[in-house]
Amino acid sequence: MGHDTAHESNTKRIWNVFYILSIVTIVEVILGIIKPEFMMTTYIVSMKLLNWIFIILTIYKAYLITWAFMHMEGETKGLRRSVVWTAIFLICYLVFILLTEGDYVYEVFKGGYKSWDF
Amino acid sequence: METAVTKTGTEGKTWGGGNQPLKASYGKMMMWFFILSDALTFSGFLAAYGFSRFKFIDSWPIADEVFNHFPFLHGVDAPMYYVALMTFILIFSSVTMVLAVDAGHHLKKNKVILYMFLTIVGGLIFVGSQAWEWKNFIKGEFGAVETRGGNILQFVDADGHRVALKDIAIFDHHNDRAQHERKNGLWFVKESPLPTYTVEEIKKGFAAKPNLLIRTQKLDEKGHKTILSREESLAKLNKEVVGVVEGANLHHNEYGSPLFADFFFFITGFHGFHVFSGVVINIIIFFNVLLGTYERRKSYEMVEKVGLYWHFVDLVWVFVFTFFYLV
Repeated sequence: MGHDTAHESNTKRIWNVFYILSIVTIVEVILGIIKPEFMMTTYIVSMKLLNWIFIILTIYKAYLITWAFMHMEGETKGLRRSVVWTAIFLICYLVFILLTEGDYVYEVFKGGYKSWDF
Repeated sequence: METAVTKTGTEGKTWGGGNQPLKASYGKMMMWFFILSDALTFSGFLAAYGFSRFKFIDSWPIADEVFNHFPFLHGVDAPMYYVALMTFILIFSSVTMVLAVDAGHHLKKNKVILYMFLTIVGGLIFVGSQAWEWKNFIKGEFGAVETRGGNILQFVDADGHRVALKDIAIFDHHNDRAQHERKNGLWFVKESPLPTYTVEEIKKGFAAKPNLLIRTQKLDEKGHKTILSREESLAKLNKEVVGVVEGANLHHNEYGSPLFADFFFFITGFHGFHVFSGVVINIIIFFNVLLGTYERRKSYEMVEKVGLYWHFVDLVWVFVFTFFYLV
């Protein structure tokens, strides 16, 4: 335990993180229900702005949970990096490959090389 | 924790053994690496979901239309309210868990008991909610018909509001067919359950009500499903439709692509299994706390370790929530 030198209470920080997580979730739900027009029509790197916002907020929530609740901030650099960097690298790699391939299959369907609506 | 470590006489030297370069106990470190591998498993599932979704990017079901139920509000369109509540419950149970860990650091047994109890209750409410979501999804709401190519056609009225199969079908009692079971006819061969209405009954009802239209899976530029004209609807219904779909299972899904149902069942099911096992582990540790095991050990590190697992379950849900319900 990297933090066992001083066991000062973290209660205040825990509740603060809880408030932030709740607010972010509420913002996500509100955006998901009203779906603002300009966020639905603005595309950044072939994805809707709204979806980018959702994904960024999700990563922010994941960061807060890992760092504050799972106390990753108190672990040593070595442990933190061996867990976080491994996950981030492999996930980005896999997501990039599968989404590219999925998009390619979509183009094949759209190009009419295979009939699917009958 | 150096109970079973043999002294080598080289302590203090970098490679002399007995060092903890990561300054974490064995159990905690292994919990982290288990979480890492489990996170990669979930990423594999979610990336596969993303693959299938990109494949059908212009015809994927709209989550707001699928998950719009709220307990005791029958027939009210409440998109995402319930899943938002579920998310909130899970985050809150994460908070009580971390409070239990914090109380454990101060060796406050009664506080640990209270917070772990709340965590377990939160987990159970979440699993129950998940089961309720599944029930609604499996049961379906309006029903739809399926074409030969496996595409789903839904029914709407002139204003674009969904119309249920039961309001369309004209019953023909002369044509009621008995379900073929294993015990009759050809041995050990059975058919899948018959839908409530036959295709013929739906076709007849559709022809009789001139305000009905068909909505296809296809999304337009604004992300709405395409609605066909009356003529196109009739032609499509009479030429292509082969079956009636009510609700969702692993083969058919009245909301659209069956892959949506497959991944929904698989990923939320796998996550629900994690929540369930997390609750079970929490209960075991809860009893250990009650019995004073950690009080005697003067260390509540076990609470911290199950806490890590519990937060991980919450962490996964954050992603599942985004990719199934929001995006």
